[in-house]
Amino acid sequence: MSRQPRTRQLPGFGLTLGSTLLYLSLLVLLPLAALAAKAASLGWRDFLAAAAEPRVLAAYRLTFGAALAAAGVNAVCGTLVAWALARYRFAGRALLDALIDLPFALPTAVSGIALTALYAPNGWLGQQLAPLGVRVAYTPLGVVVALIFIGLPFVVRTLQPAIEELPAEVEEAAAMLGATRWQTLRRVILPAVLPAVLTGFALSFARALGEYGSVVFISGNLPLRTEIASLLILTKLEQYDYAGATAIATTMLAASFVLLLLINGLQAWAVRRGGGEQR
Amino acid sequence: MRRDEPAWVRWALILFAWVFCGLFLVLPLAAVFGEALRDGWQAYLASVTEPDALAALRLTALTAAVVLPLNLAFGLAAAWCLGKFRFRGRALLTTLIDLPFAVSPITAGLIFVLLFGLHGWLGPWLAEREWRVIFALPGIWLASLFVTCPFVAREVIPLMQEQGCDEELAALTLGANGWQTFWRVTWPNVRWAVLYGAILSNARCMGEFGAVSVVSGHIRGLTNTLPLHVEILYNEYQFSAAFAVASLLSLLALLTLLLKKLLEWRLTRQRQGEPA
Repeated sequence: MSRQPRTRQLPGFGLTLGSTLLYLSLLVLLPLAALAAKAASLGWRDFLAAAAEPRVLAAYRLTFGAALAAAGVNAVCGTLVAWALARYRFAGRALLDALIDLPFALPTAVSGIALTALYAPNGWLGQQLAPLGVRVAYTPLGVVVALIFIGLPFVVRTLQPAIEELPAEVEEAAAMLGATRWQTLRRVILPAVLPAVLTGFALSFARALGEYGSVVFISGNLPLRTEIASLLILTKLEQYDYAGATAIATTMLAASFVLLLLINGLQAWAVRRGGGEQR
Repeated sequence: MRRDEPAWVRWALILFAWVFCGLFLVLPLAAVFGEALRDGWQAYLASVTEPDALAALRLTALTAAVVLPLNLAFGLAAAWCLGKFRFRGRALLTTLIDLPFAVSPITAGLIFVLLFGLHGWLGPWLAEREWRVIFALPGIWLASLFVTCPFVAREVIPLMQEQGCDEELAALTLGANGWQTFWRVTWPNVRWAVLYGAILSNARCMGEFGAVSVVSGHIRGLTNTLPLHVEILYNEYQFSAAFAVASLLSLLALLTLLLKKLLEWRLTRQRQGEPA
């Protein structure tokens, strides 16, 4: 694709590589190693006791469940939104396209209190939902709503370029061979964008696992019911229970890294798939 | 010719996109401003000019002023060695730079408490010298640096890589020194991408809540950033004051989105302007 730079003809390699490594080690790698060291110093018995007590297990269940639900909603709805943005020209498209990144730009504490104001029983939307018997704020459903908000841009921004880059000829060929639009969608388009959908799903899921600010206001934070793992880490820390906080954080971090590997694998798969069709 | 969906499917999808985004994106934004102005302009102005709010605003600005230059220096150094050179371990280093994005904000705060907190590895050593990191400004800066560290680098690395070294080598051959080559040749090519990364990193830095919340200690007027001030006001049931301060952060977010859009347009034009 691009000209590969030949090695070591420009100055400054040693200086920039050295300072990059130093900065990254001091700021990121050493502190993360401190977490790993702390976790290792606990020993298996203490680690398991801290990472698997009932209150912690309930927090994992809520965090993973709500993250999975939100990523699922985003994978479906985000795909439809990305399709509309990538394929159609309509009034306000540019505005909508810019708004998609709002969850990235809006501080999480602000989105948290805004969603709570909307969905609280006396809020704008909460009032409409209350007669239907649906409670959102201070229930697990509220956690899901906050995680949908925070994860939406990941799906849309992953899918948009994938849809835009679909080669038109393939769809034309399918149409000329007598496929209906529905058949083309199912047999040609969906398989082509599937890696992007899965990547978006995984990114949105990974972000949701660690999310804190947008969730803590709407969830109500009832132990065993609406308490997410991130909040529990903070609670343990405030009680000077460093071991407990470390055990939960290490578990969640391990889950994030597994997801990160999965996402890298998915992206490599997407590149291999699209490889034959690239310019 | 591409056969498109029937018109009704098209319109249904466009309508769905608007309703879904309206419900999940526009309404929360509207709620912030609606709630902020609930008690009128006077109350709004009073809440955002009250001393604690101003102190939080100052601290947020100070934090950004500390964090941004370091982000820029790190981003440019990382982009230079990773974008212009090939070496063993290059892919690994690129992945490591993105690592903070995979770490939950709370964990990002926790690791600094484990290092510098009173019961942390370096805690006793710091306490002897009466240096405070946790529950003080250095902790807030460290946490903010951690969560924003990938932003500039990840925008500039692919661009430097794409542009290769030919122009720089030409400049060096013609007798320019390293700095002249960087400022006269490389910088004009990457400055919009650097600005793009800087804007995103600034938005994250000023809005960071989780990581800063762990290390700050919430001392009013001293270690409260704007997002933390919003939380305190909200938890004290001062809702319209909380939303008034939140509206400042929302304006920052909207400004960020606008600048981001403009820069994306600029960067696309730069890419297309180049001979392919």
